[in-house]
Amino acid sequence: MSSPLVSLVEAGKSYGQLNALNAINMSLNEGEVLGLFGHNGAGKTTMMKLILGVISPSYGKVEVMGMAPDLKEAWHCRNKVGYLPENVSFYEQLTGLEVLTYFVKLKSPTNKDSRKQAIDLLEQVGITEAIHRQVKTYSKGMRQRLGLAQAFINRPKLLLLDEPTVGLDPVATQDFYKTVDQLKSTGSSVILCSHVLPGVEQHIDRAMILSSGKLLALGTLQALRKQAELPVIIKSSGINYAIAQNSHLTQYLSNVCSNTLKVPAHEKIKVLKQLINMEGLKDIEIESANLEQVYQHFISVHELTLKAKDNGAPS
Amino acid sequence: MHQIFTVANKEFHDGLRNRWLVAITLIFALLSTGLTYFGAAASGAVGVASLSTTLASLASLSALLIPLIALLLSYDSFVGEQESGTLLLLLTYPLSKSQLLLGKFIGQGGIITLAILVGFGVPAMILYGQLGDLNILNTFGLFIISATLLGLSFTAISYVISLSVAEKSKAVGFSLMTWFLFSLAFDLVLLALLVGVEEAITPQGLIQLLMLNPTDIFRLVNFIGLDNRNVSGVLSIATNASLSYTSLFLALIAWVIIPLALAIFIFKKKTL
Repeated sequence: MSSPLVSLVEAGKSYGQLNALNAINMSLNEGEVLGLFGHNGAGKTTMMKLILGVISPSYGKVEVMGMAPDLKEAWHCRNKVGYLPENVSFYEQLTGLEVLTYFVKLKSPTNKDSRKQAIDLLEQVGITEAIHRQVKTYSKGMRQRLGLAQAFINRPKLLLLDEPTVGLDPVATQDFYKTVDQLKSTGSSVILCSHVLPGVEQHIDRAMILSSGKLLALGTLQALRKQAELPVIIKSSGINYAIAQNSHLTQYLSNVCSNTLKVPAHEKIKVLKQLINMEGLKDIEIESANLEQVYQHFISVHELTLKAKDNGAPS
Repeated sequence: MHQIFTVANKEFHDGLRNRWLVAITLIFALLSTGLTYFGAAASGAVGVASLSTTLASLASLSALLIPLIALLLSYDSFVGEQESGTLLLLLTYPLSKSQLLLGKFIGQGGIITLAILVGFGVPAMILYGQLGDLNILNTFGLFIISATLLGLSFTAISYVISLSVAEKSKAVGFSLMTWFLFSLAFDLVLLALLVGVEEAITPQGLIQLLMLNPTDIFRLVNFIGLDNRNVSGVLSIATNASLSYTSLFLALIAWVIIPLALAIFIFKKKTL
């Protein structure tokens, strides 16, 4: 087992009184895609900045490729890290090609043909036809693609993407996820930061949920689901009456819908067997809790504990 | 070194693209030609004015214009990129803060230097061609070098401003205040002190005070060789004192290096 590509050990960052990030422990292996979720101000961007080495941790340790990223000695690693910031607007008066050539030159100074690499990257993100146009004429989606092209320079080993799919149309979003899958298969690690939860779950290996600088949950979606103990939703048709008669099943019955059962994950198979054996069953749908529900769960639990703390405080 | 050059190249091309270079060069060329040929109009004659008169008016006007142009050219260098998010992005690249700052300085300083060189140099050459007086080249040579240093000094000062504020609009405000302070207010205060308070400042003390203002150093460089009648205001006292070009140029160079070092220091401390 090789050492992780990124590791944070009790790493935190505070700006004066404000605790932007509280003692975070996490690690990211090669070829792993981590989804980083949280509200605005949850500390997502702070964590990215720590990993990028733009800021230094107030306490704890951050290591990227075996080195502290804020050290000067770690600079050669920066060629191998790609970053897409949230809300970046590139030099408006330059053309897309000029912008990207500039960034390629800065990222790989030894590259003799930076223009060629820039053209290839722009083709990869699908804005070939606009490379000679000024960035100010670009749509939101095209700007986002330009930003992605910039992050993909040098086939990075580590990619940090802040809200990568904002402004992308569904086709472009699919293209983007395809690229992420492709990078993953070549051994790159990706940290995906997002509010937009649907669509992202098939592409991430693990999810990390942050709220007000605290780590609420970290693990595979399966593990998080288990931890959250969210019920599996089973919808059936044709057996409403039979369910209502069954005392074991009525306890799971949703009080809104007579054909919907909310079953704890460990009871799922048992209940399913029961349902399948019922006569008159026409159709059955099973829905496990999705990422959004898991996310909501952790956030609301966190908010409840915060409230309880506030109420309990003597002041 | 390569990184600095890449940044400098981009900044220089931005200056070309925005027509800054053309605009500044034209302003300087019109200014120098106009003053050379029509500077004597006030005294009733049209034609080539005396070199002394020309230089005196040229230096006075440039002392106002060059700082203003340099501040306008560079005030948003950092705060602008900070607002658009590219500054944060650039700092994740294998590029140090001082490399980025020096690259910008070379690129934008190059624009100002080239504009001064062409804008004042070409009219000087033409004048030399017409009159054949070697003195013209000497005087204009000194003028061009000191003007360039003045421009570079205010480029560095504008970086200090651009790195110290969080919004572009504030950078504009501070730039204008800085310009007003150095170009007008400073001399007025000195003058008030000289006239209002008897023996408040000795001539030697005055010279030392003038070193606190790069535009005054610039004017001193160009005034000390001139006929005294053309110089008015505070500087007429100072020009009587013995001053060497070396010390004046050293002071101007210090006014480039110190703000530049300060800008790098602020940039290194700055968190994004």
